[in-house]
Amino acid sequence: MLSRIRALIIKELLAMLRDKKSRFVLIVPPLVQLFVFSFAATQEAKNQTLAVLNLDQGRPALSLVQQFAAAATFSRVLHLNSAAEVPPVIEEQKAIAVLWIPANFSRNIESGQPAQASLLLDGRKTNTAGIVQGYAQRIMDDFQAGLAGGMRAEGARLVVRNWFNPNLDFRWYTVPSLVCILTTLISLLVTGLSVAREREMGTFDQLLVSPLHPLEILVGKAVPALIIAMAEGTFMVLAAVLLMRVPLNGSLPLLYASMAVFLLAIIGVGLFISSLSMTQQQAILGAFVFLVPAVILSGFSSPIENMPPWLQTITLGNPLRYFMTIVRGIFLKDITAALVWQLTWPMAVIAAVTLSTATWLFKKRME
Amino acid sequence: MEQAPATIQGLSYRFGPNQPPALAELTAVIRAGAVTGLVGPDGAGKTTLIRLLAGLLLPGSGAISIFGLDTRSETTRLHRIIGYMPQKFGLYEDLSVMQNLRLYADLQGVTGSVRQQVFARLLAFTGLEPFQSRLAGRLSGGMKQKLGLACALIRKPRLLLLDEPSVGVDPVSRRELWRMVQELVNGEMAVIWSTAYLDEAEQCDEVLLLSEGRLIFAGPPRELTKRVSGRCFQIRNIAGNRRRVLANAVQRPEVQDGIVQGENVRIVLRAGAGRPELATLAAGAEARLVPVAPRFEDAFVDILGGGPGGTSVLAAAMTQVADAGPITVEAQGLTKRFGDFTAARDISFAIRRGEIFGLLGPNGAGKSTTFKMMCGLLRPTAGTGRVVGLDLQKAPGQARSRLGYMAQKFSLYGDLSARQNLEFFSGVYGLSGARQKETVTRMIDIFNLGPHLQVAARELPLGFKQRLALSCAVMHEPAVLFLDEPTSGVDPLTRREFWTHINGLVERGVTVLVTTHFMDEAEYCDRIALIYRGRLIATGSPDELKGSTANAQLPDPTLEDAFIELLRQWDNRNREEAA
Repeated sequence: MLSRIRALIIKELLAMLRDKKSRFVLIVPPLVQLFVFSFAATQEAKNQTLAVLNLDQGRPALSLVQQFAAAATFSRVLHLNSAAEVPPVIEEQKAIAVLWIPANFSRNIESGQPAQASLLLDGRKTNTAGIVQGYAQRIMDDFQAGLAGGMRAEGARLVVRNWFNPNLDFRWYTVPSLVCILTTLISLLVTGLSVAREREMGTFDQLLVSPLHPLEILVGKAVPALIIAMAEGTFMVLAAVLLMRVPLNGSLPLLYASMAVFLLAIIGVGLFISSLSMTQQQAILGAFVFLVPAVILSGFSSPIENMPPWLQTITLGNPLRYFMTIVRGIFLKDITAALVWQLTWPMAVIAAVTLSTATWLFKKRME
Repeated sequence: MEQAPATIQGLSYRFGPNQPPALAELTAVIRAGAVTGLVGPDGAGKTTLIRLLAGLLLPGSGAISIFGLDTRSETTRLHRIIGYMPQKFGLYEDLSVMQNLRLYADLQGVTGSVRQQVFARLLAFTGLEPFQSRLAGRLSGGMKQKLGLACALIRKPRLLLLDEPSVGVDPVSRRELWRMVQELVNGEMAVIWSTAYLDEAEQCDEVLLLSEGRLIFAGPPRELTKRVSGRCFQIRNIAGNRRRVLANAVQRPEVQDGIVQGENVRIVLRAGAGRPELATLAAGAEARLVPVAPRFEDAFVDILGGGPGGTSVLAAAMTQVADAGPITVEAQGLTKRFGDFTAARDISFAIRRGEIFGLLGPNGAGKSTTFKMMCGLLRPTAGTGRVVGLDLQKAPGQARSRLGYMAQKFSLYGDLSARQNLEFFSGVYGLSGARQKETVTRMIDIFNLGPHLQVAARELPLGFKQRLALSCAVMHEPAVLFLDEPTSGVDPLTRREFWTHINGLVERGVTVLVTTHFMDEAEYCDRIALIYRGRLIATGSPDELKGSTANAQLPDPTLEDAFIELLRQWDNRNREEAA
């Protein structure tokens, strides 16, 4: 029995590596994802243009404008002369925001009265606008502190320090998540496509009429997928540490142990898809039907705590949710083995369910 | 002067700079009012030529003109006068017959009152009138081809190109397609019909015979068969084993080709050679040598230099099947239902050790379902299938380890090398270590695979692919061999070599169950089961089946005649019962 499974595994790996298209699937998506997520999918606001309409000639107004212009976020500042110029600037997307300082701004500050400046943001770019607003708020706070400093020596001040990611480098956040997303993609594709490809070529019948037990065929499909996905996972870990300089604070053995359990759960899904699909196209569609919601419900792009309760319940069945937490934990903060275990056993349960469902369906489809 | 439907001048075509030519130096003229058969095995260049004629590919060198229009420069005008039916005609399976027709009429700009007339004519012509509202996906293979033909005929083309219209079509529908095409030709249309079935070539008015991209014959088929006239014989009244007689015969220097035809052996002599001594063939005292009419295939093999010789090195290396009982394959009341559709109903047969048993039947009749149940690919709804006494449901692993399986299109792993394929299949059948190595080496020696070991299986020449597939199927020395249309589309030499091995294996006690569309292949069977509408309607040796349908009009029916007649008789009987 072991020699039969060994033959299957060797065949599977060879078929994958000798086929140009399969090699492409294994090599190109990881690189593309790595670069897209690291450089393009930025969650910072940089290189933005700020428009300024300063109707006030006083010193405080000028220093406020200077503080805005000095911020790293705004690489260009556009000076406007009248209120009429404001709407086109935003409408034509010449600037992300307009800082509008009314004529009485300096006078009010100097006379100790509440002064108002307004910031108009382009709401179509919700995300960037939000971030810019945050920066603007900070600049205003500093500005105010500067004013207060001139009058009062001491004041309450909030010192913010970001633990685990002191400079809030978004790559520290996205690149480890890629370990999770990429291994998911690869193991889904490998399992889903390999059965469908054999169906298309007619070799699947050849396997089924051999003395192989359906379970042996499944193991023969699962193990190569596990090996390849682990290899891709390793590639991403190396890329994260060596290329993107993300710190790896936690234990590698814990990472790999939980990755294996996680991948088994995903491979179960992949085998499930493959036993349903007759062609490679169907298998790819099936893989994406699972992949997209799984990534969105993993906490990668939006925190699970912000989802409605019923959706949060659904995420409990999503293996990505647990592994995402583990990966970030191990990379950024050296989480404890106990915590890893707490997150791993639900994945083990999910793996048991997906693998046995796949086996059941696989046997049933043979009738 | 009226221009020829197609003139091909020095045409060559390759798919890539480093590829061998798909077509080389082809020159031919296609006549109007005739069916021109484009004949040759798979990979001979038939589809490439048809696509070149349709202007879908442009000639690498040389030129094609269709009614005087050059395919390079006048594609648009060209498309208005040709009808083209590719191998898989683009029918929309989720649309009905009528919707498909309307769509193609719209695409070809046939509208208004003309359109209704065209539809009425085509529906009557193809006999699809009663099925107008049926979804195309629900039609049988033959009806799909007829609908495809109807769609290609909407504009009444002057030149009709049909790419293997008879593939996957049962003999009954095949004859109807021929009748329809014949009618078109009488209407002055020029028709090009490509086929891998050599018996279809004989029905064509003109033939272009292709082999490996080269035109090896052009002209009326009779002219080709003339070259072997007087050299074709049947050895009849054979007393002993006809497979052994065949093996003996093709080893004689005066015999260049031979096949089994039911109880008889058909041989073709070398040009100028005398008749072989029957005594040397071990055919028995009663055996006679009877001259028979030459066939197209005989002539084709003659051009290719004769058949591949007689003994199977493979069989010589196999051990005798010893531990199987007298009945090695048994079906008892096999029934398969899919929902409320019964694909196979109460099918029973028993195959003796060392027998070749054929499953024949039109597409969708339940032949494949039965075959799949017998090799354990489908679970029967009722009944049992046994291989060497083992129930396929109760002891699937054990039963499967005793059977070998070879499917149409050789299901090898195309990306793996020849050696890797051998290693994989031997590993799957539980061979390991020294025994595995030894078996793989033996197969490599037997089939001369040595020079091709590192080549990916998909790149192998067709003949080697077939050898590799066969060796993968028999490496574990199975007692039973299941063959699913093993040689469809294969050239006659490769088919003969294949059957030499099968015949040799059968001599070693291997039992063979084969499904086929080729009547030629069916003739090799000891017994045939005819499956129709999910039932087994007749069993018997090929000669018994032919004999049972012989009548005054057709005293000496071919196996195909017998096949069609048996289906007709069954339909009549059941109509009477229903009435």
